[in-house]
Amino acid sequence: MISWKPVYIHERNCVTPLGQNIEENWQQLLAGKTAILQQDVGLIRDVFVAKMSHTTEWLREDANHGTLLERLLLKAAEPILKIHRPSARTALVLATTKGEIGYLAHSDPAGAALTVLARKLAQKLHVVTEPIVVSHACVSGVLAISVAKRLMQMGLYDDAIVLAGDEASEFVLSGFQAFQAMSPFPCKPFDKNRAGVSLGDAAACLYLSFEAGPFQVTGEAAINDANHISGPSRTGEGLYQSVKRTMLEASVTAKDIDFISAHGTATPYNDEMEAIAFNRSGLGHVPLNSLKGYFGHTLGAAGLLETVVSLQAMEQRMLIPTLGFEELGTTQGLRVVRELKSAPIQKLLKTASGFGGSNAAILIEKI
Amino acid sequence: MMVSYINKYCVVAKERVVVDAEEQFTSKDDSFSAFVKEAFKQRNSSYPKFFKMDSLSKLGMLAAEYTLAEESTDDLALVLVNKFGSLDTDVKHQESIQDGDHFFPSPATFVYTLANICAGEISIRHQLQTENIFFVADQFPVKVVSAYADYLLASGKAKRVLCGWIDFFQEKYEAVLYIVSPEGEKQHTEENIASLFRTLED
Repeated sequence: MISWKPVYIHERNCVTPLGQNIEENWQQLLAGKTAILQQDVGLIRDVFVAKMSHTTEWLREDANHGTLLERLLLKAAEPILKIHRPSARTALVLATTKGEIGYLAHSDPAGAALTVLARKLAQKLHVVTEPIVVSHACVSGVLAISVAKRLMQMGLYDDAIVLAGDEASEFVLSGFQAFQAMSPFPCKPFDKNRAGVSLGDAAACLYLSFEAGPFQVTGEAAINDANHISGPSRTGEGLYQSVKRTMLEASVTAKDIDFISAHGTATPYNDEMEAIAFNRSGLGHVPLNSLKGYFGHTLGAAGLLETVVSLQAMEQRMLIPTLGFEELGTTQGLRVVRELKSAPIQKLLKTASGFGGSNAAILIEKI
Repeated sequence: MMVSYINKYCVVAKERVVVDAEEQFTSKDDSFSAFVKEAFKQRNSSYPKFFKMDSLSKLGMLAAEYTLAEESTDDLALVLVNKFGSLDTDVKHQESIQDGDHFFPSPATFVYTLANICAGEISIRHQLQTENIFFVADQFPVKVVSAYADYLLASGKAKRVLCGWIDFFQEKYEAVLYIVSPEGEKQHTEENIASLFRTLED
């Protein structure tokens, strides 16, 4: 058995409609605020969505030119880049599902290519290595951490900037609407009355290196359901396998895990699938939350955003409740956190699932 | 670090399917839709779901069908890359929402506006309940993909890895798939991977 060099998480940050950095977002979460509002997005009327507002002060004052998504991503990376100057062996891993898809509406498919966005960001962040783009539906953000860890452990890079961003664009809103997957009220993860997703804008960033840091990535896996391209597995097999293999790599058992940051999109099938997978993994009694009620489902950014927030929760020894949750609505038991409380989290399990049968899990330990 | 090998490869381009340097199918028809249908049917005549897929998934399915024929798929991970993501289908979805008077987004199109759906379709067809990833890059990132595949093997996260490039945009298509394994004859080196991609130019 090869012994891999441990990979640590250092600085992290996020930008959402709730705040321009992790500290602002954290204060809003403690206050129980949501970014989800009923509004029009282009031709889509009266939809519940967590959109950036153009009246946001930092956006108006921001000296960076470029699209909204570009500015969110740069803003998320900014404090990290101030501390860590990229070297010739620093990776940039970008997670996004649709990137600058808005360019399509202006008949510019070349501008919508994900590699164009990645190159622009690399240049502005002074990263000299070829950027790595992970576009793997709603698990992209979690998977990007694994990609960085794996390639670092293979010796390709010394450290990595993991960046994720997506927008609740007309493009995706119209698609989720066509799927009848949009909630007619702010989403209610794991709740009996949940009725679909609310989408949102966000960007998140974290920095990984071999230098000992406050958190270590001790296990991760991303296993496909091989079952259906748009529906979650009824047995939760891919998520179950992802969690099982993550725990194996981290040499932990179900009783060692203190907290689960779940995906919890609030669609009837997804949340049910997660409940099945967690119970099959012996994790039905572990405190768990979904942050979708605050930020909406931010697609490719969701996994990284929720990891960033969960790391803050580990540092602050706080459990953040599941906004929108009232009464358990899954056939298998889950310990959904519903009130803000203080508790230590030593070992965190973060999971995500998405279209294409994708699943990803990661285990992070506080050092 | 362990040594790994390339077991088998398949290249799809210019109305041809080549497996291990041997031409297995060629068509006079220069439309992609006719070519892909005929070439797939030659290998598999009983997978009706194939005909409902978008072009990117059809291309991936075709290449996988030829690559995985008579191959074990036991713990076979999937590592795919392309340049255009799902942009070909993205354009179609955009056309359906461009104009308020003709606003008709379809779930059947929208679901294919994610590049990794192609990996999902291949996984369903070959029952790959395994590690899956989809990268987007202008050119096939040989170093990244080979290190990633070797990581999966060395860590025990996969027994073999199906790697490659599946790219489709506005009728232009290219596919290269190859199996990386801890056993074999042809070494899994950057030069040997690059030589598979040169088949695209033949």
